[in-house]
Amino acid sequence: MKKVFVILLLIIVGYFLAGTFNLIPFGENRIAGNDQGEKVASYYLHNTKEKTSVANVVTAIVVNYRGFDTLGEVTVLFLATTGLGSILFRRKEDDEEVERINKPSSSLVTTGSRILFPLIALLGIYVFIHGHLTPGGGFQGGAIIATGFLLMLLSYKNFHASHKALTWVESLAGISFVMIGFWGLISSNSFLQNIPEVGQLNQLLSGGVIPVIYIAVGFKVAAELTGVLDILLNIKPKK
Amino acid sequence: MLTYVVIFSILAILLIASALYAIIQKDLLYAVISTGVISLILSVFFFLMQAPDVALTEAAIGIALTTIIFVITIRNTSRYEDEDSSSNLERF
Repeated sequence: MKKVFVILLLIIVGYFLAGTFNLIPFGENRIAGNDQGEKVASYYLHNTKEKTSVANVVTAIVVNYRGFDTLGEVTVLFLATTGLGSILFRRKEDDEEVERINKPSSSLVTTGSRILFPLIALLGIYVFIHGHLTPGGGFQGGAIIATGFLLMLLSYKNFHASHKALTWVESLAGISFVMIGFWGLISSNSFLQNIPEVGQLNQLLSGGVIPVIYIAVGFKVAAELTGVLDILLNIKPKK
Repeated sequence: MLTYVVIFSILAILLIASALYAIIQKDLLYAVISTGVISLILSVFFFLMQAPDVALTEAAIGIALTTIIFVITIRNTSRYEDEDSSSNLERF
């Protein structure tokens, strides 16, 4: 029974691979070149504005044209975090105090980081919400939010990022990315197809699926990196 | 144009100098801080070369997160690079 499934899967994969390779002429340069929208690179540069109405061409390529690759990239980060967590995570014993920092921070540091944290989080959220309009996107915004959490973890002794909340945020964001992809696949035969209208150039609600996916990616990356930092900071230093 | 070239060459010299410092320095904490300086200069480079996306990534991940992860690692292992690395291996 298992072998039948494997053979069936191989046949399906082979069929689609053969179909894909049939469309690509062998040995022909389709990537670089100065043609007006003939080759792939110049096609992106010339057609992104009209077809997807996204001002940031990099974002349009990363999330729209190459959205499936971005899903793989997100999966790589997820697997790296999971591996680190499974190696280093340890449950605290009841009366154990983990010494994250040796000396308590001064009130200058704690007050400063308390004021800075919302501003850093706001900058991160701005970066990933405006991913299709300004430079930046989900990964950058998520990393900025994680640095804000890092500031809080370093300056407050009893500030803890709740692992349950981080897991929920991460899972929901990942699932919504895949669901948006399948939504496009079901309704118009292409993974991550732009189902919402692409809208007007330079509007906040434009660019089809890009803002939705970048919000999901931003939350996911922020949760993963914060989890990594929290796990690493809670290791007991060797005496 | 000239100021651009001057800024560029000063930054490049600083970049190479801090990279060499990171290799030579035996105190690993200083070496990690100088890799952070490399990331800082690199992100300025990316911005000057009109790649603000990459500059943002380098600033957030290279300067803050990678440096702090290395610092945590140094805290949990040893701070100074030993002359013979065999004594380091026995600890594990």
